[in-house]
Amino acid sequence: MSILVYTESEQGKFKKAALEVASYAKAVANQMGTTVTAITFNVSDASELGNYGVDKILNVSHTEGFNAKVYADIIKQAAEKETSNIVVVSSSADSKYLAPLLAVGLNAGYASNVVEAPTSTSPFTVKRTAFTNKAFNFTEINTPIKIVGVSNNAFGIVENAGSATSEDFSPNITNSNVSVQSIDKATDKVSIADADIVVSGGRGLKGPENWGMIEELAQILGAATACSKPVSDLGWRPHSEHVGQTGKPVASNLYIAIGISGAIQHLAGINASKVKVVINTDAEAPFFKAADYGVVGDAFEVVPQLIEKLKEFKAQNA
Amino acid sequence: MKILVCISHVPDTTSKINFAEGDTKFDTNGVQYVINPNDEFGLTRAMWFKEKQAATVDVVNVGGPETEPTLRKALAIGADAAIRVNTVATDGFAVAKQLAKVVQDGAYDLVIAGRESIDYNGGMVPGMLAGLTDANFINNCISLDIDGDTVTASREIDGGKETITTGLPLVIGGQKGLVQESDLRIPNMRGIMMARKKPLTILEPVDTTAETTSVKFEKPAPKGAVKLVSTDNLDELISLLHNEAKVI
Repeated sequence: MSILVYTESEQGKFKKAALEVASYAKAVANQMGTTVTAITFNVSDASELGNYGVDKILNVSHTEGFNAKVYADIIKQAAEKETSNIVVVSSSADSKYLAPLLAVGLNAGYASNVVEAPTSTSPFTVKRTAFTNKAFNFTEINTPIKIVGVSNNAFGIVENAGSATSEDFSPNITNSNVSVQSIDKATDKVSIADADIVVSGGRGLKGPENWGMIEELAQILGAATACSKPVSDLGWRPHSEHVGQTGKPVASNLYIAIGISGAIQHLAGINASKVKVVINTDAEAPFFKAADYGVVGDAFEVVPQLIEKLKEFKAQNA
Repeated sequence: MKILVCISHVPDTTSKINFAEGDTKFDTNGVQYVINPNDEFGLTRAMWFKEKQAATVDVVNVGGPETEPTLRKALAIGADAAIRVNTVATDGFAVAKQLAKVVQDGAYDLVIAGRESIDYNGGMVPGMLAGLTDANFINNCISLDIDGDTVTASREIDGGKETITTGLPLVIGGQKGLVQESDLRIPNMRGIMMARKKPLTILEPVDTTAETTSVKFEKPAPKGAVKLVSTDNLDELISLLHNEAKVI
């Protein structure tokens, strides 16, 4: 009864979340006194997973791209093959898409947004975020088979030097009536979900024409760009950049808020970020209560200076 | 086309979150309830299908009598009829099983649910409902068009979007993008008056067991005070982020 973990990849390379869920699965395996089996798709050399506690790799060759129903069914077959009682997935858009289907397939209880290793294995209890990061919720999973969805950037990546055996896995492929016609993805930009650093702008920036400095700051830091709800509602920035309670959640290491006052819904959405910096003219803005570091000042003066100083810093620390 | 919109009854987004009974229950004191925002985008899109493609739109909630004002609001926005499954919604899987019965009995072509509720953030009901009713499923759905039996939709993925074609029956996990914020409707007086006369059917639940149990809540540890850096000392900010926070 190995722990099964779905390790996601993109163009043959593991995503950061894959290493994090592998690390999580290893922690659960240690608690339960068992091993970790990873299921991968289209990764020619998955041996890297051995460094994060994976003992065995099932590699599936499936060239038709991600399909939630098909992938859920393949993972179900892997869970049955390994007689896994616990399946670990990430919080990526794809994992959150397939996990409920997998739960039905395995008749398994599913807890999403889990931030820590189980606080108890009997009853099996996990700590997860609820109320959009305004609280934590301890949830018991009562079913014989359990699915744990791990939050991004919460448990962290933990090295567990070891080596993994690898075998090809050829499941039965089910049909799906859902077919992807095209994928539209900016390849030159970091996505908010995968970013270590997010630079976010609000209405204090006065207009879409002023986003050049936000993009420049993001580029220097290797960061994703984001925005507040009013900015996306005004059409200054695409909806895909809206972070907050009804937008995307952010769980980066560093979140820099520029010209964002910090409405409760915004703060909820970005609260899982580890370090928050706010730059705002209004010292009374609620964001200052939620931030670790703050600069009270005009973004149009502060950000260009910060860009120059970061360029120097990066040149020295390259 | 028969559409069912699943409506979750949730605390308003500005609510202060507190817990009662030894942190085991959400404290409803002074909390205003609303239609879950992700469901409201879906309901508004359903109104478009009703007005342009003559669809019928029912709304459903799994919950106690206290959720009825939220269902009445959905009727005031324009839904034709409401259903309440009379049981406490404790677990996403159990809710999906209750809804699956409603979907099968009502022979709905399209089920629109929000990608997640803003209270428990489980994000599992739409997918489980699709799995239980053997319907096609699109999560994080940000556009939806239906022409006869052909569905064209898009799904938000990490860092972009996918364009998808599929057919009916279909369940979607919807979100902002299905319609824009400015398209959301505030019920007018006529809608509110008409909603009083629209049917609200109460169904008794099917037997389910809870796959998961919420045992306790905890609030995040209070945050330390912000460290302020003056505008003429931004080197200090970089130094703090590099040496103290170790994030750059």
